[in-house]
Amino acid sequence: MEKMKVLAEWSYDQAKPLRGYTGKTLKVNVGDMTFESKDVSEDMKDKFTGGRGFGLKLLWDSVKETTKWNDPENEIVISGGPLCGVTQYPGMGKFYAVFVSPLTEQTYDSNAGGHFGPLLKFAGFDAIEIQGKAKKDVVIVIDGDAKKVQILESPFDDVNAYTVTAALHEYYGDPKDINDRRFSSVLSAGKGAETTYWGCINSSFWDTHRKAPRLKQAGRGGGGSILRDKKIVAVVVKTHDLSGTANNPADIDTLTKLGAKLHKEIITLDSKQCRMRTAGTAHLNEIMNEYHLLPTHNYKFGQHPDIDNIHSSKYEKKFSQNVADGCWYGCTMACAKAVDGFVLKTGPWMGKTITVDGPEYETAAGLGSNVGVFDPEWTIETNFYADHYGIDTISVGTGIAFVCECYELGLINKKHTNGLEMKFGNKKDIMELIHRMGDGKDDFAATVGKGIHKMKDLFSEKYGASKEIMERIGMEGQGIEASEYVCKESIAQWGGYFLSLKGPQHDEAWLIFMDRVNKQLPTFEDKAEALHYFPNFRTWFSLVGLCKLPWNDIEPADNATKNTPQEAARVPEHVQNYVDIFNAVTGKKITKEDLVLQAERVYNFQRVFQLRLGKGTRKFHNIPDRALGPVWADEWEARTEYYDNELKTEGVDPAGLSSQDKCDKLQKIRRGHWEKLVDTVYKRRGWNKNGIPTVKKLKELGMDIPEVVAVVQKHSRPEDEWKD
Amino acid sequence: MITINGEKMEWKAKMTVQDIISEKRYVFPLLAVWIDGTSVARDNFGTAEVPDDASVQVIHMISGG
Repeated sequence: MEKMKVLAEWSYDQAKPLRGYTGKTLKVNVGDMTFESKDVSEDMKDKFTGGRGFGLKLLWDSVKETTKWNDPENEIVISGGPLCGVTQYPGMGKFYAVFVSPLTEQTYDSNAGGHFGPLLKFAGFDAIEIQGKAKKDVVIVIDGDAKKVQILESPFDDVNAYTVTAALHEYYGDPKDINDRRFSSVLSAGKGAETTYWGCINSSFWDTHRKAPRLKQAGRGGGGSILRDKKIVAVVVKTHDLSGTANNPADIDTLTKLGAKLHKEIITLDSKQCRMRTAGTAHLNEIMNEYHLLPTHNYKFGQHPDIDNIHSSKYEKKFSQNVADGCWYGCTMACAKAVDGFVLKTGPWMGKTITVDGPEYETAAGLGSNVGVFDPEWTIETNFYADHYGIDTISVGTGIAFVCECYELGLINKKHTNGLEMKFGNKKDIMELIHRMGDGKDDFAATVGKGIHKMKDLFSEKYGASKEIMERIGMEGQGIEASEYVCKESIAQWGGYFLSLKGPQHDEAWLIFMDRVNKQLPTFEDKAEALHYFPNFRTWFSLVGLCKLPWNDIEPADNATKNTPQEAARVPEHVQNYVDIFNAVTGKKITKEDLVLQAERVYNFQRVFQLRLGKGTRKFHNIPDRALGPVWADEWEARTEYYDNELKTEGVDPAGLSSQDKCDKLQKIRRGHWEKLVDTVYKRRGWNKNGIPTVKKLKELGMDIPEVVAVVQKHSRPEDEWKD
Repeated sequence: MITINGEKMEWKAKMTVQDIISEKRYVFPLLAVWIDGTSVARDNFGTAEVPDDASVQVIHMISGG
């Protein structure tokens, strides 16, 4: 790789982490080529904790209420949080990217593993804000060894992720020691991120066993599209200041002790529990199928007879085993599975042998059953190219599933698709559509890449497709595609997906088993309580830099015998571990109640932030019919007995009704349940009828910051207050 | 007759926790079971017999995501 030309450079005094924080954030503006460092105040730590909280706070200070995703003032803010970089306990290398999304036109937060988050902190910064728009392609480098930040002219003609990442790891590594490349990490997107709104942010780590870069993704929300809109090809962070104590915790002994216990638990029990160490999250494929939760043919069905073709055992055989597959040091969960020696059969790299991460469950389902394909080799190939082009596998899967159903319903045809026969299961043409997104020259691929929310308008305007039908079957909320679970049989999960801060993503609450199978949430109040606790608890992970998996994808052997059924679902021992770890790192003394309070502060702040950007009210908490229940007769007829019983439970006799009539009746009933759920959840969260946090709630949380209160007051109406 | 998560199920003599799990096709690995409020260790699912009239909770520990 040729030497890169320096366009701007800035030297800084490096702040070392102390008790999880460096106390400094970095701002890089690629438009006016300026750099700035800001102090982190104690008040900022108290109110926002770190990670996603810091991201939202810094973004709030930088945008206006009119800011759109492609305005120069929009930022990508990346922050790990105070626990990010801990190596003693599994799952502690995550960063959170926060930005105004092209898909949802409000704030979005998306997380990734890899080494970027920890290395950024060890290079001296709790967060980086990236603002402005460069005139030509650039690379940003944070060099913690030289203590300088540079904006460099990009030498890359091919901006796709694997090309850029491999070259930059080599460029910044010691030529005499290939594994010196582990001291840097690269963020990248790709050509597909330029031409779609589904751009993901790839985050790398150098795999010392495979001698190759690995990519993890902050996949959701279109962060990669913003990266490319700013003409940023890559962001590199580099530091050799890497050790097990680099986070400088207050109490290393406690971290070591807790970590040792969990390592033992994982190594002893994982093979009998979720098999994350051998199959990764793909262990869920056949489980979701058994419970009618595997999205199939655009979420029409939850099961498919070809499930054995994508059984986790099939993936397990393809994943290289007995390799330390953690995406950050010290993670014995090791779920970052990879396929080695894979020969690509299509596309610009056809014939090339590569290593590709995953697929994880979401990809195996989204670019699998949901588009009607049951072929792991095909899914692995789409996974590789989606990462390489810098597009989110979940949105691509759900989006293409929607396209396929539109095609099969005759709403669009081959003329519109530029010759592609977009039927479920048509591997060749679906793959070709993905390549066209990566190529950026095809107008239909560009239309699809704007996401389902905009596709509904564009298909209607350009091709005359029925908007009414598309509104019913398009699995999106707030502008973003749903992730890969059939939620139609769980009222609580309607909320887990569609009453979330940013749209239907599974990182707030996954309640289907609790609600529908365990029957632990029989009343609307029970569901609302779960939709208060779990979204806040999960938010806390995003504030401190954690992966969720070691919380409840492994559980202590005595979890059930020590706890009641309700308590056991929260895995109390692991929750207490997190409290103890937070205290051991920061030197503070929080309780498990404080942990939820920390999260609730940021959760409500983000809700007000959406409001400030013109969203964040009840009308944006929309749910499509497909998420509520069967829309078409064939969906009903796939489970006639089950759905007939559902109608009977609701007091409707199905005898003599056509399947379509039965669908319509159940839809109407469930729409009523949805409205009741919304009311109950809003009340529990301390929001008014319009979904706006009350000033009283903000005061309780200590978040009655004048400018936050002003936004709430501006949008609050007397008629939205609860009467009882 | 017994109840499983509140739903009725025919009782059979010598029925074990594992029999219930198999019949209900509960394939999720992280299951926790209580019989009339008393927990059953996972290693004992195959031998723990369920008495008639029992209230059985088979809890799928939350996962996914």
